[in-house]
Amino acid sequence: MLSRVGDSLYWMSRYLERAENTVRQLDVTMGLMLDTSDTSAEMRWQRMMTSLGKVSELDWSGDLEAMARKLVFDGLNPASVTFCVNGARENARQVREEISSEQWQRLNRLFHQMHSPQAQAQFRTSINDYLASVLDGIHLFKGVSDTTMIHGQGWQFIRLGRYLERAYATATLLEVYQADLFHAAEREHSGYQYLELVGLLRCCTSFEAYCQVYTADLSPDRILEFLLLNRDFPHAIRYCVDGIRHAIESIQRTGGRRPPDELTAVIGRLHAQLGYTNIAEIITGDTGAFLHAIREQSMRIHELIYRYYVDYSIQSALAT
Amino acid sequence: MSASHPVEMESLFGDYPLDQAFDEMREAGGEIRPHYRALAETLAALPQDELQRRKQSADLSFLTQGITFTVYGRDEGTERIFPYDLLPRLVTAAEWDRIERGLTQRITALNHFLRDIYSDAKILNDKVVPRELVYSCKHYRRQMRGLQVPRNVYIAIVGSDLLRLNTGEFVVLEDNLRVPSGVSYMLTNRRVMKRTFPQLFHSYGVRPIEHYPQLLLATLRSLAPEGRPEPNIVLLTPGVFNSAYFEHTYLARQMGIDLVEGRDLVTHDNIVYMRTTDGLKRVDVIYRRVDDDFSDPLIFRGDSSLGCAGLFNAYRAGNVTVTNAFGTGLADDKAVYAYVPDIIHYYLKEDPILPNVKTFLLGDEKQRQHVIANLDKLVVKAVGESGGYGMLIGPQSTARQREEFARQIEANPRNYIAQPTLDFSRAPCLIGNRLEPRHVDLRPYVLFGDKVNIVPGGLTRVALEKGSLVVNSSQGGGSKDTWVLES
Repeated sequence: MLSRVGDSLYWMSRYLERAENTVRQLDVTMGLMLDTSDTSAEMRWQRMMTSLGKVSELDWSGDLEAMARKLVFDGLNPASVTFCVNGARENARQVREEISSEQWQRLNRLFHQMHSPQAQAQFRTSINDYLASVLDGIHLFKGVSDTTMIHGQGWQFIRLGRYLERAYATATLLEVYQADLFHAAEREHSGYQYLELVGLLRCCTSFEAYCQVYTADLSPDRILEFLLLNRDFPHAIRYCVDGIRHAIESIQRTGGRRPPDELTAVIGRLHAQLGYTNIAEIITGDTGAFLHAIREQSMRIHELIYRYYVDYSIQSALAT
Repeated sequence: MSASHPVEMESLFGDYPLDQAFDEMREAGGEIRPHYRALAETLAALPQDELQRRKQSADLSFLTQGITFTVYGRDEGTERIFPYDLLPRLVTAAEWDRIERGLTQRITALNHFLRDIYSDAKILNDKVVPRELVYSCKHYRRQMRGLQVPRNVYIAIVGSDLLRLNTGEFVVLEDNLRVPSGVSYMLTNRRVMKRTFPQLFHSYGVRPIEHYPQLLLATLRSLAPEGRPEPNIVLLTPGVFNSAYFEHTYLARQMGIDLVEGRDLVTHDNIVYMRTTDGLKRVDVIYRRVDDDFSDPLIFRGDSSLGCAGLFNAYRAGNVTVTNAFGTGLADDKAVYAYVPDIIHYYLKEDPILPNVKTFLLGDEKQRQHVIANLDKLVVKAVGESGGYGMLIGPQSTARQREEFARQIEANPRNYIAQPTLDFSRAPCLIGNRLEPRHVDLRPYVLFGDKVNIVPGGLTRVALEKGSLVVNSSQGGGSKDTWVLES
């Protein structure tokens, strides 16, 4: 596959994953704000901004609806949902021949839906319904991606983008929350505390999955364990790292070129770190540093993929 | 009126003016032509809102499929759907037979012409075509002299524009021998039409066109360099900002080949490679949708980043086929066009089957004076332009525009030609709830590899504005499906 095409598919997928994450976090945060609590609206908003990657120009102004609208529709702000959907579509447009018509139509429909004159009015009428419709659009796209596209290299690059973005976002989210929530674990269990924890799980669409594994008995440790180390839940970081590993292996198998040792090593190390540890070890150690290291390694994987598959030097390629 | 009542013929055709222009559907006396009768009856029998409903469903299908084009020189909404008319344009088997033979003859002769010009230039020595006309053409490429192109095919992919005069006769308006576009609209129009009027389509016995991508692929494969039995064929696009980008992606997908941009290609030792996730892969055939000027910054325009440095030398070395060849724009120069009947005579010893439109060459003093005196009646075109840019339509122009063109013609007569304003044929279009006639042309698509192949049909372009004579998509034109009938 063309390097540029692989790169575009990867970014298309990352942008959509990012859009989905932003929509979900916004939805959850606005839900939490309905319940008055000691955590002020401003603090919640700032926490969300931090876990979305320190968004600029969106400092708390007191007008929740205006802020939310900006986060969704401000196409000039790289953190906004619109910006991400535009980015995904622009990347898809450049590889129109590589993706299926169904994929393109789904993504195109989502794009037109967000840019239609009615979008802002629908948003005002019901923010929740509107966000749900955007999520629907993204889910449909992912669905047809898995069912209408050859599961060859292109699809693997889509998975790479999805899982890297997700691993990075989940690690960021946990890092932000753990400073906040997990250290307050001794505090008596108030209803507010419960809501906060549900919110955290909902940010990763994992509330129901969590309950199936641990029952509705929410504790910060278990949540951390679930979102970090569960091997079967698609939003858990360990699952994402497995996904990255499989994608790289499949790309190698279909292409026949061995990935560089450094890439194999970074992925392997991260995989082992999550596979051969337990939650007690992580909690007694420096949890923040552990999560931060996951983010840094994700970034390293991203750089290596780019350097090896997309932006390699002609000399190195001619030599092999 | 209730929505379920069928539309009466009367109200469907309520105000359908006929004049001296040829009407595709109706004879001069107003009678519906025999092959259009089934269509007219079907339309008249539809419940009133049904046509609109089908139209909306077709429009939506174009938008979600992203079948759009880009308009240059406008800020807002640069991405638009190609306006589409719901009613098919019908071409009888006899009419098509003539078109097919005529185009085959014409393209064969033009290919001979290009080969001759870039080798011995016999036709110039025999003074059939003036030497200065050829060497002053801005699309003449001196770099192509003496270069052997695979199978001697210079123009593998062609889309010629035909018009129908008030006599009912088809004439060639221009030959697009560089990078003709629009074939994807022909194919997608057909798909939408089959869904919109399935019964009607079936009952008409329409010849298929869907195999065009396969024919195109076979054509490209037949032109591969020798010794490359499994050629790697790619489509070279200028990129996502090109007006025809949708078409490039569409064709690449339909053929199952890679769509590459200049930045995906590198050359080394006169071999072209593309950058893939598995390393460099050799490229054998390039279906080029990038103009000559932008193809190779080392040979052509140095400021272009759309092409690939070293491409031309690899081509010259015979390691890669690029098609259409470079320098083919020479033969669709609007001034050279005037000589095409002579070119056909010269190489094939035949009379042209499809005539030309009368063309005034402005390099000639007498013709120029005549044209400048009659600018309000003529159409003036810049010779090297296409897409409806750089054009003056006399009867619809202002005195100021005419003065401006007169000045430009005097300054550079070789750059312009003039033709009579043609009252070319009109076909019924759905305008609101009614049928109204609009001017149409026809662009069939010709492929030339082992032999000349023309899929029966083409793109019928429509001047959707009332009275307008400009069918180009960049200037507010639309399109309709073209049904070539079995009988």
